[in-house]
Amino acid sequence: MMSIYSVLIVAIALFSIGIVGVISRKNIFIVYMSLELMLNAVNLMFVAFSRYFHSLDGQIISMMVIALSAAEAALFLSLVVLLYKRKGSLNVDIFNSLAQKRDNL
Amino acid sequence: MSALLIWIVALPFAGSLMLSILYLYHLKVKKVEEIYFSLIALLTPLISFLLTFWIFLKASDKKITFTAFKWLKVANFDIDISFLSDHLSLFMALFVSFIGWLIHIYAAGYMKGDEGYGKFFAYFNLFLGMMLLLVLANNPILMFFGWEGVGLCSYLLISYYFSDAQNVVAGNKAFIVNRVGDFGFIIGLSTLFIYIGSKGFDYASLQAHIGLVPSSMLSFIAFFLFVGAIGKSAQIPLYIWLPDAMAGPTPVSALIHAATMVTAGVYMVARFHFLYSLTPNVGEFIAVIGALSSLFAAIIATRQRDIKKILAYSTISQLGYMFVAVGLGFYASGLFHVFTHAFFKALLFMGAGAVILQLHHEQDIFHMGEMKEASKIVYWTFLVATLAISGIFPFAGFFSKDEILFGAFASGHYTIWAVELFTAGLTSYYMFRLFFTVFIAKKSSKRVEKPLILSPFVTYPLVVLAIGSVVAGFIGAPKILGGSNAIAHWFSFFGDEDIELSYTIEFGLMILNTVVALAGIYIAYKKFAGINLQNEAKIDGLIYHKFYIDEIYDALIVKNIQRLSWLIYAVFDKKFIDGTVMMIAKSFYHLGELVAVLQNGNVRFYAFSMLFGASLFFIYLMQVMG
Repeated sequence: MMSIYSVLIVAIALFSIGIVGVISRKNIFIVYMSLELMLNAVNLMFVAFSRYFHSLDGQIISMMVIALSAAEAALFLSLVVLLYKRKGSLNVDIFNSLAQKRDNL
Repeated sequence: MSALLIWIVALPFAGSLMLSILYLYHLKVKKVEEIYFSLIALLTPLISFLLTFWIFLKASDKKITFTAFKWLKVANFDIDISFLSDHLSLFMALFVSFIGWLIHIYAAGYMKGDEGYGKFFAYFNLFLGMMLLLVLANNPILMFFGWEGVGLCSYLLISYYFSDAQNVVAGNKAFIVNRVGDFGFIIGLSTLFIYIGSKGFDYASLQAHIGLVPSSMLSFIAFFLFVGAIGKSAQIPLYIWLPDAMAGPTPVSALIHAATMVTAGVYMVARFHFLYSLTPNVGEFIAVIGALSSLFAAIIATRQRDIKKILAYSTISQLGYMFVAVGLGFYASGLFHVFTHAFFKALLFMGAGAVILQLHHEQDIFHMGEMKEASKIVYWTFLVATLAISGIFPFAGFFSKDEILFGAFASGHYTIWAVELFTAGLTSYYMFRLFFTVFIAKKSSKRVEKPLILSPFVTYPLVVLAIGSVVAGFIGAPKILGGSNAIAHWFSFFGDEDIELSYTIEFGLMILNTVVALAGIYIAYKKFAGINLQNEAKIDGLIYHKFYIDEIYDALIVKNIQRLSWLIYAVFDKKFIDGTVMMIAKSFYHLGELVAVLQNGNVRFYAFSMLFGASLFFIYLMQVMG
């Protein structure tokens, strides 16, 4: 039986890859994929701890997260379609209409 | 009985209030006939007059006071709303309400068809009420209230035709110049209050405790109270507002010059006679100012061409006489002149207003001429008034002016006497210059061919006043002419010096006065009775321009104050106040800008900062949890 450490290391690695993806990539789809990667890293952790402590709580939560991310995907993708229609681009850096505008004083 | 006093004052106020409400109704809801306005406006002064007359008949020898309620109570200083009727205030209230009422009647005819008919009478009633308050008040604070009130009403009425910017300027000028005088008045009153305010501040206790004021401060107080009188009664150097006050409708001029406002200064000095009798040096100063004003104004009047301006300068000149009298301690003579002057000056203004009305608001006397034919009543009554102001026997002005001149001569102020005598000559000259030009001289081509027919509202008050201008003088006829001098008797409580000179001197002075007045008339007759106004008269020169006093004041005072204001605006307000406030505001803004850098809309930056924050948090947790 493999130890819990190896599973946790995989999960941390996945999570870190996800973070780096969110921060460094500009394409909104890749950002989204990185987000999903982070979610799944957390799922993996939940499941691992669930096995380790012989409790079903972690598994229940991971099932909820999967369901949630499926719903989120539907919403996210439709938003991306709308954004693309409006801006004609998938670059996250130009979606900044809520930023503080610099005006003259 | 004593409660009647408050009604004398309250009725015109009530009238004013009712008229204002009715006028608002007229404006906002439904048109109201002029007759309803006139009904209220004419009734309230009449009732006030009748009440005053009732008190005069029933209780003229008693001192009546009526305290309505306590107005101010600060520590041990009490100021009551309290009214006083003694010989002085009753005398003033009698002719103020009577002549005020006549002017109201006249105004009803004069203002006929005016848009703001109701508003005009609301102001008019308020004016009269304020003057009666001033006269009947039992303490200087309440009097000051009326004092300011007449100032306010004069402002409202002078700029009555407010659509013309010039009239508004004239109204402002009257108000601001009066403020200068009032400032002096406040200084005087406050100083008086500091010394003996705690003993009670009504006239009786002031008179009783005046000895507690150190004698050096007495002159100070007397002087500054007189500064207030200078402003209100238009003496040098604050007379400049009065000629400009002619911008208002003519009944307003009549009311300001005859019954209200300008006589307030003389009344005030007479009211504080117990103070002025202790400060003869200030009294002499008052007399000198009065003499100078009367001479100066008379000189200016000789070269003016606006009929109302001439009358305005003549008012300044006559007020000068009154101040000479009260300044030298002849309060009875001064008030006698106030009394007779009220009749003939009201008559002059109303006559002038009638002429102006007939000629469709022409005011230049050299555009008139031959007005004798236009209305007999106006002609004869104006002649009576002109004779009265010139001091021709037996018209009212003769007696009062003679008494003042006699007083000045008998008390040894020969210079003042000579100045006043010369002024009397000038007075008859410029008044008859006006009279001959307007009524006798060949008419100007600029004159309206067919003068307007006057309504009886306008002409009947003229007749009443003309009778008054003849009869009023006899009330104070001196013993030497077989009279009893009821005025001097009435005012015996002033304790005026009763100087007896030999009958020859007294007669000689009377004859001298008459000769000087007749000489003035003769010169005016020679110069103006025969002139033909077809030829455009050119008047120019120093006197016509009123010695450029207005311009000098403008350059010296007004412009400098403007410059100072501008300096304060540009340096203190703009640079200092605005600078400080804006600096605080800007510093917050810049602080905000620094924070706003974080809110830059870059999602990846947000994600990074979250990571960074979370990392710090976890590092901290690991340190703590170990």
